[in-house]
Amino acid sequence: MKSGSNLEKILESGQFAVTGECGPPQGADRSVIERKAQFLRGNVDAVNVTDNQTSIVRMSSIATCALLNQMGLEGTMQMVTRDRNRIAMQSDIFGAYALGIKNILCLSGDHQSFGNHPTSKNVFDLDSIQLIHAVRQMRDEGKVLGGDEIKGVPKMFIGAAANPFADPFEFRVVRLAKKVAAGADFIQTQCIYNMDKFEKWMQMVRDRGLHEKVHILAGVTPLKSVGMAKYMKEKVAGMDVPDEIIERLKGAPKEKKAEEGINICLETIQRLKEIKGVHGIHLMAIEWEEMVPVIVKKAGLLPRPTPPSEVKK
Amino acid sequence: MIVGERKSLEDIRKMISGYRKVLVAGCGTCVTVCFAGGEKEVATLSSALRLAAKKGGDGIEILEATIQRQCDIEFIQELKEKVEQVEAILSMGCGAGVQTIAETFREIPVYPALNTRFIGRTDEQGLWSERCAACGDCLLHLTGGICPVARCSKSILNGPCGGSKDGKCEIKSEVDCAWQLIYDRLKALGQLNKLEEIIPVKDWSANRDGGPRKQVREDMKL
Repeated sequence: MKSGSNLEKILESGQFAVTGECGPPQGADRSVIERKAQFLRGNVDAVNVTDNQTSIVRMSSIATCALLNQMGLEGTMQMVTRDRNRIAMQSDIFGAYALGIKNILCLSGDHQSFGNHPTSKNVFDLDSIQLIHAVRQMRDEGKVLGGDEIKGVPKMFIGAAANPFADPFEFRVVRLAKKVAAGADFIQTQCIYNMDKFEKWMQMVRDRGLHEKVHILAGVTPLKSVGMAKYMKEKVAGMDVPDEIIERLKGAPKEKKAEEGINICLETIQRLKEIKGVHGIHLMAIEWEEMVPVIVKKAGLLPRPTPPSEVKK
Repeated sequence: MIVGERKSLEDIRKMISGYRKVLVAGCGTCVTVCFAGGEKEVATLSSALRLAAKKGGDGIEILEATIQRQCDIEFIQELKEKVEQVEAILSMGCGAGVQTIAETFREIPVYPALNTRFIGRTDEQGLWSERCAACGDCLLHLTGGICPVARCSKSILNGPCGGSKDGKCEIKSEVDCAWQLIYDRLKALGQLNKLEEIIPVKDWSANRDGGPRKQVREDMKL
């Protein structure tokens, strides 16, 4: 075991993993985390905590992960290279590990122009691939990037993102290969609505043999409404929502739009389970965490294999 | 070249309010080429300042002078005679020009009339765009002659990120994705294999992160 995290154990044992997501609050209110945790506990193997997503200031990923761990869940700390240099990031990885955080997802992060501090300075001392490399060096060589030896090595299970729907399409798998070469143990993909394109991408992944080197968790997000689907299609960078999905939601009666969104999500999960090389799903029920238990149950993914540890102080 | 853009007349007037005699100093190099601070722009700004002062009823005398290069002490000396007649200098040079004037004429305040924007090129008449971030450690041999430090919004060295769509950057639909450009260029050159290699963590100490930079050429010193 590289990290011994719950997520690693499940993936390494060959079981189909389910990860969830928890967006921290825009403030210091821990009850928001408690509310979201109750829907995720027992239904997912690990919970990604976003790091100031869309560049909006929120409770830190590291603190939120530590709170989730106390609540009997396993946090996956997302870390973007936008806001911190290599000194701060490595320092936070030490701190996170000392707090019991064992999974990390390395990202570059949304540009700050999207958020509530568009006049801020960005950092990008490292990019996501270089951060993956740094975390692996810390874990496997026991050294920080600068070369000094670490006393108390952080053994992180290292994740990275992949977006099969961004351009240039034919380069996407090459970039995935670079992330794997840098040290990624697992991959979580962008939300999948265009299944045909995703299957094409997975074929390219298999052609390179990457599915045997890295665990791929396919991203899914249930659509609540036509408005949300349109927003994702038009406003969210790197998202591919085919028109037939929007039409299908439009066609559903008013009071059944959300239900139709869940149905689409469940059908997507069923298809994903059949794809060779997909080792799990990453379920991002954005501000709709209460649907996680329903989706996971209906998708036949319960009970989760290794129950998360009980509340620890 | 260094591309600059003139500040608003309102901002400039605020900076020099209270002075009765001001020298507007132009620069004959980069900012002349980008129509921001050359002889013509000195004349235009001076007229505007005189007119605004007249309207506002506060008298101001404006002197004009444009030298070849404001970043060169030798040329700056040519301003001496006029500088001695004024209370303040309004430099239409880049940041290097403003500071060279300030360091040369220590007794008199200098104000910037331009915002220094970037090192770039002329795309077409009236349009300039950034090309170099002066990071001090050029990577263009790895990226098909297209700079990700200056031209990728996130300066990532192993792109394109997940926000690249139809050749454009996630931040704005009119911004080209630098990594799409790099990809296309290397593909055309038959060098896509270069993108299989991870570009390692960059040494930013050659950038301004290493502190203010200096270059010494012992062989050129007198």
